[in-house]
Amino acid sequence: MKVSMQWLSQYVDLSGYTGEELAEKLTRSGIEVDVVEKRNRGVSGVVVGYVKTREKHPNADKLSLCTVDVGEDELLQIVCGAPNVAAGQKVPVAKIGAVLPGDFKIKKAKLRGVESQGMICSAKELGMNDKLLPKEIQEGILVLPEQAEIGTDITELLALNDEVLELDLTPNRSDCLSMIGVAYEIAAILGREVKLPEASLEERGSKRAADEFSVSIEAADACSMYTARLIEGVKIGPSPLWLQNRLMAAGIRPINNVVDVTNYVMLEYGQPLHAFDADRLAGGRIRVRYAESGEVLTTLDDQERKLEPHMLVIADAEKAVALAGVMGGANSEVTPGTTRILLESAKFDGGTVRKTSRQLGLRSESSLRFEKEVNPESVIAALNRAAALIVEVAGGEHAQGITQAVARTFEAAKIRLGVKRVNDYLGTELSLSEIRGILDRLHFTYEEQDGDLVVEVPLRRGDITRDVDLIEEIARLHGYDHIPSTPITGVTTPGSRTYGQRIRLEVSRYLNGTGLHEAILYSFTHPDRIAEWRGLYPDVKPVQLAMPMSTERSVLRTSLIPHLIDTAVYNRNRNIDDVAVFEIGKVFLTDEEVLTRQPEEKFLVSALWTGRAAADHWSGKARKVDFYDLKGVLDGLLAHLAIRDAEYRAVAQDGLHPGRAAEIRIGGRRAGVIGQLHPELQRRYDLDDTYVWELELDALADAADISITYEALPKYPSIQRDIAIVVDRGVPAASLTAAVREAGGDWLKSVEVFDVYVGDRLGSDKKSVALSLVYRDEERTLTDDEVNERNQAVIDHLEQTFSAQLRK
Amino acid sequence: MKEKLKALKEAALAELAQADSQQALSDLRVKYMGKKGALTEVLRGMGALSAEERPVIGQLANEVRAEIERVLEQKLSELERLETERRLASETIDVTLPGRRPAQGAAHPLNKVIREIEDIFLGMGYSIAEGPELEHDYYNFEALNLPKNHPARDMQDSFYVTEELLMRTHTSPVQVRTMERMKGEVPVKIICPGRVYRRDEDDATHSHVFTQIEGLVIDRNIRMSDLKGTLLQFAQEMFGRDTKIRMRPSFFPFTEPSAEVDVSCVMCRGEGCRVCKHTGWLEILGSGMVHPRVLEMAGYDPAEYRGFAFGMGVERIAMLKYGIDDIRHFYMNDLRFLRQFAHL
Repeated sequence: MKVSMQWLSQYVDLSGYTGEELAEKLTRSGIEVDVVEKRNRGVSGVVVGYVKTREKHPNADKLSLCTVDVGEDELLQIVCGAPNVAAGQKVPVAKIGAVLPGDFKIKKAKLRGVESQGMICSAKELGMNDKLLPKEIQEGILVLPEQAEIGTDITELLALNDEVLELDLTPNRSDCLSMIGVAYEIAAILGREVKLPEASLEERGSKRAADEFSVSIEAADACSMYTARLIEGVKIGPSPLWLQNRLMAAGIRPINNVVDVTNYVMLEYGQPLHAFDADRLAGGRIRVRYAESGEVLTTLDDQERKLEPHMLVIADAEKAVALAGVMGGANSEVTPGTTRILLESAKFDGGTVRKTSRQLGLRSESSLRFEKEVNPESVIAALNRAAALIVEVAGGEHAQGITQAVARTFEAAKIRLGVKRVNDYLGTELSLSEIRGILDRLHFTYEEQDGDLVVEVPLRRGDITRDVDLIEEIARLHGYDHIPSTPITGVTTPGSRTYGQRIRLEVSRYLNGTGLHEAILYSFTHPDRIAEWRGLYPDVKPVQLAMPMSTERSVLRTSLIPHLIDTAVYNRNRNIDDVAVFEIGKVFLTDEEVLTRQPEEKFLVSALWTGRAAADHWSGKARKVDFYDLKGVLDGLLAHLAIRDAEYRAVAQDGLHPGRAAEIRIGGRRAGVIGQLHPELQRRYDLDDTYVWELELDALADAADISITYEALPKYPSIQRDIAIVVDRGVPAASLTAAVREAGGDWLKSVEVFDVYVGDRLGSDKKSVALSLVYRDEERTLTDDEVNERNQAVIDHLEQTFSAQLRK
Repeated sequence: MKEKLKALKEAALAELAQADSQQALSDLRVKYMGKKGALTEVLRGMGALSAEERPVIGQLANEVRAEIERVLEQKLSELERLETERRLASETIDVTLPGRRPAQGAAHPLNKVIREIEDIFLGMGYSIAEGPELEHDYYNFEALNLPKNHPARDMQDSFYVTEELLMRTHTSPVQVRTMERMKGEVPVKIICPGRVYRRDEDDATHSHVFTQIEGLVIDRNIRMSDLKGTLLQFAQEMFGRDTKIRMRPSFFPFTEPSAEVDVSCVMCRGEGCRVCKHTGWLEILGSGMVHPRVLEMAGYDPAEYRGFAFGMGVERIAMLKYGIDDIRHFYMNDLRFLRQFAHL
């Protein structure tokens, strides 16, 4: 909403305040002012001139040579380049010494050998928003009305010495979509009175409006009130300048006198109005009804609209003539030849208008106001005001009376408010008289009952329905700055993270410590990315957005890996080849094709590592990262969380290298996958060898052991034995260590693989695995013989189980 | 004999002074002190001395021996020291060359900020509540006093999945779920961090996904002044002791009264700068007293219970805190960006 200070001061005294000061006051009490715009962008010395003669410039085809009367003793000779300049026009003339926006000073000049004593200006040169003017005016000079007096300062004529406040209204304050509403707000802030416009309306016509047009509301739930006046003998033409100036200040394009009045009064009262050409309405009837299925209407913007039965229309005896509250129909539009006007003022249901305007993608100043419910008190007031103005600016006479139908009446809300309640709510110590003072400033009436106030809220403030709404009014006018800052009283509560939140934090801190950077990735992805990486959940159905902004982001992710791959690609494209990242984030899992319930949302932790295993150092180049680097991070994480029953099993996994993929089982349950990206996938994304893993965070949390119990330090020495055995290449190391533990008994404290050798000497299907075993007893020192015997048993077991051969 | 001894001592000391290796010293020891050494030689002539002379010469001889011995030892340790010095000098390294630093990953700046905010509120006795990102229309809108067709729904165009399910547009549904779970118990004191989604084209200041932290307190006697006190404490812990806040009336369907909360500019401390557009203030929070409709729907009688709620955008705070000028940085995961957050 753009509010002209000049216009506003018609309803409330603004003296003593600049636009900026008012803006600050409004903003601090709840109505944000986006900008304060000065309409005069720096124009001075420009006056109304009369073009007496216009000839072609002797030396230039496209220039005109004009003699212009600016009310001084001598005529000015001015060269003008505009195509629309003509003798007999009133135009804005920047005289020698005048200044135009941009600090452009007008000097005496010679144009193609002819002296020019000034400049005839276009609207744009005067700093006006010329988009609101007809195209021919945009392209040429601004032609002023004939009545403009020669020599008048243009800023006065065009009301440019004005400031415009642009309000950024919250949805509840639709009352301020009107000058009068803003006036009430300013009056409340400044403690001043409001002057409402007077509609002096003489019904001089002989006909009765109700005889000419009957009104029926056939959709009472969508229209509570429909009123109209008939005006005959109007003459359509341009509006007087004052009216055009005000509309332009408000950012609305002047069209013709009748339409301009409806817009003017809409801005004044917040009540949209519509003018029909009464001669184009059939059968003397106005029906407010729902559209019939299949009905079409061409709206004023020349679009053919297919209507649906939930849409409200205004119809005559034969056809729809307007889309109620949204836009008029072309078939009843006011044209230059129109002489009879049926002027509509109604209250349509906000929800109905909103639904229609949304569905048709058709939003208008009118629908904007109806959507937020117009003030029922303004329906008749605005009708009368507009009817009076139309006759004033377009002539004609009013038929007798108003033709109307009323489906529902409205009553002002009465709200009980106690002083204690107000102060308890706000933490303030306001007195009854202070509260009354604020209500007075709001122009709310009230009476006292048993120490409480019963406040009658005017219908213009439909947003106030409960006591807390009144408390807000009191708070904001009292000033939020005057509310004290207090600590909460009451019982104290412990604040702590839940176990799951704590584990999540530990996991991310641990991974940071291993050099992995934390990423945050989008939740929306491309369906192809899900098809390409089925991850932990090969059978889930991706959840699809109903109206995605792009296919790129049309489904919810079921794995974090695809976007980790994107991260690697993004960085690689910026010459960063070493990428070690992880994310802890949610995936969305469902087996439903079409969702009927919320999907499961699971936290996963996923990591990706490509490039070098460490930064290069001057002492030697770093090697490339491999499977065991990323596995090491995971092993470390599991150890950090004291998860002891995790195992890796080689499995085929879509998207992973068939020989370098494993699932991670925790407590016997599949909890994650790890591996190298399939070379095919690496090629597709132009990535070097890239390793990933993905784990369910819940599985980690469930298996983690956050308790620590001290174990006594060993009293007796341990004995170490190293053995190397040759086995088939396919035998997993984990099977060997498991077998060693089985045969090693209680004495065996640890077994570690310390070397793996593959080579021609062994044959291509064999490998040598070297294991280091540590034996100890808690009660005594073991003898070499005892340990040798036990170690031999371990070797025997390995030989039997894996056909292993001891390497000597 | 006396002269002999004297000459011997001087010769020995002179030679010792010249010795420059352990081998030379060892040779000199043999030469003078050995079984066939010069001193022994001299002493062998002692037998020819008179009884008066013998003890005198004997003492002198001992003194000479001790002196040579002392200088020899001194020289030896001197040479050892030099030797060690030489060896250590040869082992000198360039201490200015870079060390081998273990890799250190960075926490994402958004999570750094979330944790900092969480820690402040944990210290004030709040718990952290979380909830689904794909939410029921009821929890996201209706239970927050935003019925279907409510004009305020325009404020946040959303991503629907079905008629009834959508990506949450704020973390407020977690507040509703928490209230329902508490079944009318008080006090409720939670903060809700999480991802939210709105239908915005991504640009320098908009993102279709972003992060919010909201707070909710419900008890019997909560006042708007408590909200102000709480947010002042938060702002001072987050942005510094001298931070000021100011509230401006605003509108949210789920609070009444509602307030936008500005903090004094973190860049210029309120003097006015480019960041605060020369106002001295930065808008960072929305807040208000929980709307009675919201309390009612969640099972709290508004005649008995009151509450306040507040919410802030984590990206906005991170952008202010770190001076980041483009919201997309948070989601691009450019390592040159992420690495900057690897330290405290």
